[in-house]
Amino acid sequence: MKVLVTVKEVAEVEDDFEIEGTEIGSQYLNYDLNEWDDYAVEEGVQISENVDDVEVVAVTIGPERSEETIRMALAKGADRAVRVWDEALEDIDLLDVGAKVRLLEAVVEEEDPDLVLSGVQAGDDAFGATGVALADAIGFEWAAVVNHLDLDVDEGVAHVHRELEGGVDEVTDVETPAVLTIQTGINEPRYASLRGIRQAQSKEIAPKDLSDLGLSAEDVESELRLTDMYEPETESDATYFEGSPEEEAGQLADMLREKGVAE
Amino acid sequence: MTDVLAVAEHRRGDLRDVSFEVITAGRELADGAGGDLHLAVIGGDVDGFAERLNREGVDVIHTVDEGEEFNHDVYAQALTQLYDEVDAGYLLTPNSVNGLDYAPAVANGLDLPIVTDVVELDASGDGLVATREMYGSKVETTNELDADRAVVTIRGAEWPPAEESGDAEVSAFDADIDESAVRSTVTGFEEAGGGDVDISDADVLVSVGRGIEEEENLDLVRDLADALDATLSASRPIVDNDWLPKNRQVGQSGKVVTPDVYIAIGISGAVQHVAGMKGSDTIVAINTDPNAPIFDLADYGIVDDLFDVVPALIEEFE
Ligand SMILES: Cc1cc2nc3c(=O)[nH]c(=O)nc-3n(C[C@H](O)[C@H](O)[C@H](O)COP(=O)(O)OP(=O)(O)OC[C@H]3O[C@@H](n4cnc5c(N)ncnc54)[C@H](O)[C@@H]3O)c2cc1C
Repeated sequence: MKVLVTVKEVAEVEDDFEIEGTEIGSQYLNYDLNEWDDYAVEEGVQISENVDDVEVVAVTIGPERSEETIRMALAKGADRAVRVWDEALEDIDLLDVGAKVRLLEAVVEEEDPDLVLSGVQAGDDAFGATGVALADAIGFEWAAVVNHLDLDVDEGVAHVHRELEGGVDEVTDVETPAVLTIQTGINEPRYASLRGIRQAQSKEIAPKDLSDLGLSAEDVESELRLTDMYEPETESDATYFEGSPEEEAGQLADMLREKGVAE
Repeated sequence: MTDVLAVAEHRRGDLRDVSFEVITAGRELADGAGGDLHLAVIGGDVDGFAERLNREGVDVIHTVDEGEEFNHDVYAQALTQLYDEVDAGYLLTPNSVNGLDYAPAVANGLDLPIVTDVVELDASGDGLVATREMYGSKVETTNELDADRAVVTIRGAEWPPAEESGDAEVSAFDADIDESAVRSTVTGFEEAGGGDVDISDADVLVSVGRGIEEEENLDLVRDLADALDATLSASRPIVDNDWLPKNRQVGQSGKVVTPDVYIAIGISGAVQHVAGMKGSDTIVAINTDPNAPIFDLADYGIVDDLFDVVPALIEEFE
């Protein structure tokens, strides 16, 4: 059985940053494995530990730099990785859901997985739509926002919990092959061990460009154009307490006393 | 002239608030695009729902009497057919957990672009301009689409709910559901949590987020909660780490709280967290990042290290 896990290197923004055009200056960005994908990788690796003969393949869309992040997935137990990138992607400000789906669909065609796990959303662009759109494109069944998975390989059913709003889980049976979008909290992602990190160095990260996947630049043209990026106008009318930590705490304490919260 | 097809949402017999918000957003979009607003309600007591959804601004309500509860295979098939039938341009859905479980599939099936978690919409020019946030609400972006066909999901609580009653035409839509393509079955619901305290009853909440870094450090905020005779709550990562039980989680997938005072310590103010605490009377935020979105909501702010401020605060009350 093969489990394909979609992973993304996401950028986290430093406390102070500047926007240049429609992007944040790269000096203000730190890259990391997308939080939700970390849980998806863990879920894939746990399946490989509990079921015989499972290969876990991580797939990412990202420039060479992102190999560092992908190695994290390999160090945590993914068997190998596929990295999709192409010059044609370099100048696109915003790779929209449709473009991502066309790229991942081509990878699915090559890899022919039995299960696809993806994160619920990416921490940077936060579309939250790629997994389910991909499922439709490849004709898989799916479930979004999965926080519990019990996979019955023989029956071909994924028993899942979908985490709805307000602390309610929906309990659903999904026929496999399926795409599941994984919510944080489903498991406890492991830290990469030193041994894992060492082993990851020799695992394969296969680079693929558009022509490798039988695609052309037209296939990744985003229909959405990012036309502006700005810091949201602060709606804050907060009163800020200032000074040393003791002074700040003193002012806050006064406020709390005035409100009768404490004496 | 572009028509809008919006989708209502219900769960366990009740329409969800966002169903009335999607009407307001849909009307706005339809006005901009110069078209009608169609509203779909699928499954459950569709006639009863249609009555309550008949608010000002809706032109036609399409009832699809298929199943009791949400099933994404049924929703996807019914909406794909209804979209064609009414010849809609924009398909508008809540950016809810269920919205995200069918809208991307419908978009792919209809070969439409999708733009999610939108906070502002404008279809008065050529095509669509959608405003959304990135990087955990640190920036806002505008996104343009030169087409008048798209799937759009809207963030909850961004548009006021439609309140005035209306005189929409109600029409039953007979969707042709291919049962063999329904490959998921909802078998029930489970309430998460229970547990020792109900944070939604608390008058004062000391709420802790990822800024606390280590489980051991939780004692610090516990001490503060004790000193203030307050209840301890948390953002999601604390609960994901099993440092506190699920019944302490504030937010979209946790509890909605409305205390007199909410003290957010090391919490950035992600939209899903804010969804649970924005109704608090007085909000205090302690965070090292002056740009953290939590400050947009806060009545009082301290831009400083919690590990310096919280001990000093505890001392104030000892
Ligand atoms: C479908 C879905 C449902 C979700 N439901 C919920 C929900 O119900 N509740 C919820 O909370 N989240 C929910 N989330 C997660 C949400 O998106 C955020 O990931 C989460 O709220 C972030 O928690 P945080 O603010 O504690 O952490 P972060 O966003 O990591 O913020 C930590 C903050 O601490 C500050 N900080 C760091 N060190 C210090 C210090 N020493 N002193 C002071 N400040 C410091 C940082 O500046 C930062 O602002 C959901 C997400 C999804 C996709």
